[in-house]
Amino acid sequence: MPGLGTSFGRGGATTFVQDLKNSDCILIEGSNFAECHPVAFRFVMQAKERGAKIIHVDPRFTRTSALADTYVPIRSGTDIVFLGAIINWVLRNERYFKEYVQHYTNASSILTEEFRDTEDLEGLFSGFNESARSGGGGSAQSHEGASQSRGEAAPGGGYDTQSWQFEEEEVPRFDGTGTASVVRRDPSLQHERCVFQVLRRHFARYDAQMVQDVCGTPRALFEEVCEALASNSGRERTAAIAYAVGWTQHTVGVQYIRTAAILQLLLGNVGRPGGGIMALRGHANIQGATDIPTLYDLLPGYLPMPAIQRDEQDLASYLKSNAKPTGWWANLPKYMVSLLKAFYGDAATKENGYCFDYLPQLTGDHSMIPTQVAMKDGEVKGYFVIGQNPAASGLNAELGRAAMERLEWMVNLDSYETDTASFWRREGADPAKIPTECFFIPAATVLEKDGTLTNTNRLLQFHEKAVEPAGASRSDLSFIYQLGLRLKECYKTSTDPKDRPILDMTWAYAHEDERERSRGEPSALAVMQEINGYRVSSGEQVSGFTELQEDGSTACGGWIYSGVCPDKQTHRARNREADDYTSPDWGFSWPANRRMLYNRASADPAGKPWSEAKKYVWWDERGQEWTGYDVPDFPLTKAPDTPAKPGATGMDAHSGSDPFIMQLDGRGAIFVSSTLKDGPLPTHYEPLNSLVPNALYKQQHNPVMCEWKRRDNPYNGVANEDYPYILTTYRLTEHSGIMTKYVPWLAELQPALFAEIDPELAVARNLKNGDWVTIRTAVGEIEARALVSGRIQPLRLAKGRWVHQIGLPYNYAPLGLAHGDSSGDLVPLVMDPNVSIHEAKTLTCNIRAGRRNKRKRSHVDEDVPAAQRSQEGAPTAHGRDFPGPQR
Amino acid sequence: MSTGFFTDTTLCIGCKACEVACKQWNELPSDGFEFTGESYDNTTELSATTWRHVSFSEKVERKPELPYPQTRWLMSSDVCKHCTHAGCLEACPTGAIIRNEFGNVYIQPDVCNGCGYCVPACPFGVVDLMQMVGGKDGDPKYNTNVLRADRMEHTAVQAIGGIAGKCTLCYDRQRSDLEPACSKACPTESIQFGDLDELRERARKRVEQLQGRQVQARLYGVDENWSVGTLGAFFLLTDAPAEYDLPERPVLPSTHQPAAYASAAVAATALFLIGSLIFTRS
Repeated sequence: MPGLGTSFGRGGATTFVQDLKNSDCILIEGSNFAECHPVAFRFVMQAKERGAKIIHVDPRFTRTSALADTYVPIRSGTDIVFLGAIINWVLRNERYFKEYVQHYTNASSILTEEFRDTEDLEGLFSGFNESARSGGGGSAQSHEGASQSRGEAAPGGGYDTQSWQFEEEEVPRFDGTGTASVVRRDPSLQHERCVFQVLRRHFARYDAQMVQDVCGTPRALFEEVCEALASNSGRERTAAIAYAVGWTQHTVGVQYIRTAAILQLLLGNVGRPGGGIMALRGHANIQGATDIPTLYDLLPGYLPMPAIQRDEQDLASYLKSNAKPTGWWANLPKYMVSLLKAFYGDAATKENGYCFDYLPQLTGDHSMIPTQVAMKDGEVKGYFVIGQNPAASGLNAELGRAAMERLEWMVNLDSYETDTASFWRREGADPAKIPTECFFIPAATVLEKDGTLTNTNRLLQFHEKAVEPAGASRSDLSFIYQLGLRLKECYKTSTDPKDRPILDMTWAYAHEDERERSRGEPSALAVMQEINGYRVSSGEQVSGFTELQEDGSTACGGWIYSGVCPDKQTHRARNREADDYTSPDWGFSWPANRRMLYNRASADPAGKPWSEAKKYVWWDERGQEWTGYDVPDFPLTKAPDTPAKPGATGMDAHSGSDPFIMQLDGRGAIFVSSTLKDGPLPTHYEPLNSLVPNALYKQQHNPVMCEWKRRDNPYNGVANEDYPYILTTYRLTEHSGIMTKYVPWLAELQPALFAEIDPELAVARNLKNGDWVTIRTAVGEIEARALVSGRIQPLRLAKGRWVHQIGLPYNYAPLGLAHGDSSGDLVPLVMDPNVSIHEAKTLTCNIRAGRRNKRKRSHVDEDVPAAQRSQEGAPTAHGRDFPGPQR
Repeated sequence: MSTGFFTDTTLCIGCKACEVACKQWNELPSDGFEFTGESYDNTTELSATTWRHVSFSEKVERKPELPYPQTRWLMSSDVCKHCTHAGCLEACPTGAIIRNEFGNVYIQPDVCNGCGYCVPACPFGVVDLMQMVGGKDGDPKYNTNVLRADRMEHTAVQAIGGIAGKCTLCYDRQRSDLEPACSKACPTESIQFGDLDELRERARKRVEQLQGRQVQARLYGVDENWSVGTLGAFFLLTDAPAEYDLPERPVLPSTHQPAAYASAAVAATALFLIGSLIFTRS
């Protein structure tokens, strides 16, 4: 979640759902909170009962809208205009929280003269390198292109971030030895190049009229939202923003979240009770799956994976390019060395760089979509699919299924037969012609295994096995453990140096219970104890990440979870003592059992609560330490009046009033000077498939999004009359993935795929409620039942143009009691440049009455000749050629 | 002391957790997989095998004076009302339907013979008969292809087969000091379980609170002088009962009895008189 990570320092929700009940206003946007998180929604309802105003901004009127005080319709894909206009409104009307902005954000930091804004360059920032559009070639080269676009300095194209840096000035070093450079600031926020003024100019044209013209949101509603947020922020009151994948699944998704972050910083709502940004995670353990990641480019605890393009061939160069000079990330070497000690045990020594060179080096983007394309082009031999169903929920799903036909083998672990496991017998496929060898491994369900889930609050909760797994089912942990043991066995006589990583890997997870051990079962507890970390010499657990060392004396499998098992007897994720607020003795939330991040900001610069009503963490003068209702997110005894030490490293470089400890300057980032590939400030770009030209800039799309222009992945294009309607996808309360569709009690509640259609469109296209309709994009077509409802409203854009939006759940696929076509068959492959996420929340389509044609082999299934594979993923300036509006 | 439900529809988010929890606890089969096109409601009504049902009511107002349409979507979890004067209980000829120690209306599965008299006797249309078909071994089986065969052997449904079915107010759970499955599962406390006197007091306060916020709230099944008496499962509504598929004024069928007997007596007298006239003349 780099939207939150770059703005505040950590890639997680800034608060916990229970705290929403203290909010005075909750803006839910990009999330169908009540339907997708019904249990967490109780805290929204509690806030509402306390008198908070609940606002829901969404393309569809959903069950969340029904419970909100105000429903605000919006054209999908235009949230940056909506939020940007709120920012503009807040600035123009002087409704921001001045002290907070001055002291806790980088609004006062001054940019260099080289910086040019999107207002100056027709929708581009300075530093854009268009020459990135190099020629085509095989996809191996293409991956190189992708990797370059993701490099820090982007040597192959995209943005050079040099002109986005802050101006520095020389001041005397803290120890009197010469000078040190620090960022120049203007605390009065008046300097014309300070972030505050740059922000003002950046969003100056985002106003209520623009919102009406671009988003289709009635002006009165927009102004109601502005007033509600502003009047419920400040010393005495706080407002929260909640979002989910409705914001992330866009080619500008990270910047949606950035816009919200800027707004919350201006309103002074971060790190305070009832405030913050609640990133709602869609599945039980998605937070856990990024903390101890299943992502290709991260190691546990958000340590970057070594990458060739950053020239990280050895430990020293890796630490040099990733450890930050100032702020908490100065500690990165301790975490990395301890991680390597956990991975490779005694084999990891100071002399061999703690086996750093055992780690794979990234050569490019190996995320889901590029891998799927490479698989389609025959470059991937084997595929493990665990707890996922890409043949149903994937993008350009038929391309994904065709890709599986080109594998040598595929291993699928699941509790039910999935559409992925049975891709070879899908409609239109000829099993006799598919050579892929498929293995289906029955997996234990959550009740049949021990383990930990990390929820949306960053809260770890341990659960014990309730029943033995059915039949031959095994837990995922057990499968991976056995796989590791058997790989070690395969290589045990090898003397080849390249096999050392497998042979040296620590793998001592045998179960403590004799009976389980005899069946070859691993211990989830042993895994968690290793993640917590221990002293190498004694084997004693460390009590937290502050004890980790850079000298190889400690081992730790995931520093952010450190403290969860502080000794051999304790597993804090088992704790179940609740109170009516922060509940510190219920589970364990990272980091250091902190429930609310950046909570130093709940006190003013002098360390006193901003108000009695919003008291949370404060400086205790008598005890000379930080205290409050939560674990303070600040060095415990660092007084609020501690000055920053110019030239010092780590936390000493921050003052006692810099609450965002992970950041270089200790402040919330309104302006992000590096890291993000598509700009330091959020800018509205139209989605890849859009009905209209960009009303704000000549630049139509995100200039650095990654596209695949291939004949098996055609795009609808902009304002293409063949695709006159907007399509948005979403999830239903009643279903999640494959498992719910086999449960009759859930399947009967929503038995079939349907499309939500507004009555006017239904009349225009002769679509009858309950009847079949067929929806088509350039990628493919699917059929669904029509659900005609006045809840879906056409929207009026600029010049009185009406647009219709169609809603489509993405839960369905051919298998299961509740079944239907998969919406993934309509979504083309395209990626945001920061996190490789696709764009399924806003598409264009066409619709007609009746059922679709029977599936047969199409262009999507055929091989793409090597010469025609475009340089996928390479930064393109798509949309530059499109005639934009005259300004 | 009587127990019951207070369903506050202003808190319902339509998640249907109550429906699922009810079916899971009571091991009821699904009712099939038909897409209805009726808002988000695909189970459509309470039945012998659906004892909690969430209704959805959509209304869109477009007025010229409004700059945008006003949409409202009411959701409400319906259930057996456990009437003070229950039509089903009165109509039951076998004594299968009783009022149990918690004051709830309960169908004893081992006594019910499936005569179905209770079905039209319920003014809310709650009670229904389970549809049965012959099983392979001659035992009756449910007309459903979804309940897994291995579960069939053990289900409570099996035990009460061939008979009328409706909410038991989780009699088995109450006897073990557990609250009913639906209220336990409700994430927003829209369904509240407890002592009816307490619930009614809480509900009245809630109405006051909502009215203070200009919400048109009213209770359904508390203070009306209905022939069914007060309801053991009552509701807080913000619109007309019909919007929630509830009758405006439920009537106990037996209240028609005096009138029916009277008209029968009149008819009998008339027939007797006409008959006597004919026979005396001949």
